[in-house]
Amino acid sequence: MNDKLYKVLLFVTALLMPLVCGGIVYALVTDAYEAFEHFGFFHFITSQEWSYTDGNEQYGALPFITGTLMTTLLAFIFCIPFSLPVALFVGEYFKGTKVAAVLSTVTDLLAGIPSIIYGLWGFYTLRPLIMALNISTQGSGILTASLVLAIMIVPYAASLSAEFIKMVPNDLKEGAYSLGATRSEVIRKIVFPVAGSGIFSSYILAIGRALGETMTVTMLIGNTNNIPDSITSTGNSMASIIANQFGEASDLRFSSLIAIGLVLFLITAIINMIGKMMIKRARIS
Amino acid sequence: MATKKIKNRLAKDKAMLWAVCLFSALTAVPLFAILGEVLLRGYDQLSWSFFTEPTPTAYKAMKAIEAGEPIPGGIANGIIGTMIMLGMATIVAVPTGILCGAFLAENPKKRFAQIVSYLTDLLQGTPSVIIGIVTYIWVVVPMKGYSAIAGSVALFVMMLPLIIRSTEETLKILPQSLKEAGLALGGNRARVMMKVQLPAAFGGIFTGVLLAISRVIGETAPLMFTALGCSFIRFAIDKPISAVPLLIWEFFNDPNLQELIWGASLFLLLFVLTLNLIAKYLAKKWNQ
Repeated sequence: MNDKLYKVLLFVTALLMPLVCGGIVYALVTDAYEAFEHFGFFHFITSQEWSYTDGNEQYGALPFITGTLMTTLLAFIFCIPFSLPVALFVGEYFKGTKVAAVLSTVTDLLAGIPSIIYGLWGFYTLRPLIMALNISTQGSGILTASLVLAIMIVPYAASLSAEFIKMVPNDLKEGAYSLGATRSEVIRKIVFPVAGSGIFSSYILAIGRALGETMTVTMLIGNTNNIPDSITSTGNSMASIIANQFGEASDLRFSSLIAIGLVLFLITAIINMIGKMMIKRARIS
Repeated sequence: MATKKIKNRLAKDKAMLWAVCLFSALTAVPLFAILGEVLLRGYDQLSWSFFTEPTPTAYKAMKAIEAGEPIPGGIANGIIGTMIMLGMATIVAVPTGILCGAFLAENPKKRFAQIVSYLTDLLQGTPSVIIGIVTYIWVVVPMKGYSAIAGSVALFVMMLPLIIRSTEETLKILPQSLKEAGLALGGNRARVMMKVQLPAAFGGIFTGVLLAISRVIGETAPLMFTALGCSFIRFAIDKPISAVPLLIWEFFNDPNLQELIWGASLFLLLFVLTLNLIAKYLAKKWNQ
């Protein structure tokens, strides 16, 4: 194969990426168009009506946008007290030791568990527990879904933050130690400020994961089309309403579900791009 | 006074160490809780017939439950469907992913390569349910029906960015001298890539492919709207087909079949975790 042909071959395969991504956007936009045209974009994302009685179809995405934001935010809060210690354990306290390798294997395996199995575990173990503790009567809801989501994103946040914590230069830390600082003071005064932007960006990427998680949320959130009024009430996320209703939907409802898909796609794309950009910047500095 | 302050600081330091250890240990609990539950509830369902027979109908399962017998049948339709769809997706995704990754590694400064790299990140972060509905629009609507082809397209789109990234990253950490030596010996770029760089990067790429497979094998959402599911063993690629995660989802929703959940989950979980461990082991071995 000569050089020219080789270059052309590589270029043509690389064209596949713009083609696939363009195809995704094109498919979503053309099929969402009907819903946006019928309801108007702004009205669609701010209306909370979701009824498919013939003749009076009303579709609005607000309950699902709220559901997604609530589950994601809660999952993010619940994941911090676990992912940050793991990151410190692997990246600072026990850096390079066997225990750290074991712990990072454990978190890698956690990341590998399929989301439907997380959903089963949440449904058959966590839900009865929440009912037994009298937190909510039906067991499923925003809280249950967020707890399992939090477990699912801990590995992503932890492994990436550990990477940034590892990169904190030793001479900075040694400088602080020589002035008499304890380890916890070094972590608070040196490691966090230096690795801070990297740690922050790894949490943004973890949030990106939680936003689009489908099966777990579908199995645990309770699947009601209202705006959740508390964290123990049931609801639906953007991904779970699609998973629940896409199979039976047609016409305007189909288009509305695609429109929700488009909104979800845009939100995750923006969050991921912000995260990736921040990571790049944190790596350079 | 001064010693009291120091004691205070040392105590804080110790408390932090213990807190870090405690919460790190707690993070491992879900893994073992999930493994334990799936193992305990699923191990007695695993038998030869579980892997060779298709899913029973809800009626048959109901009869068996009434008679107090174990539910007959298994998940063979799902295993075969998963193998067919994953096989087709892998066969296409590996060469295209490797070529795409090679393009990114060869032209790190080109504007177009930067766009492709950006789009790879975008695709990797796209929720799987969206890949499912888009594949529905792409494939199911024009073909006027759910099919194994549609399912494999969805899996292909999910695998592609993972393989591109692992190829690119492995090629980039190869020593530059390797490529230069090949070129100095008179090989052209294509030959150096095929005979020197890709073989040297084989370990990393192979690990990446294993991880990509383990990532998509448990995917349910993209298959719900593409492969749909099928209750008997089928090899046709233009008809609806089942997959192991799809079966778990069906069992979850059908009270008569609920007992089968755990066997199927155990099979899927062990498969995924083993693939992960093998990939991790290989990565470590190739890095040395």
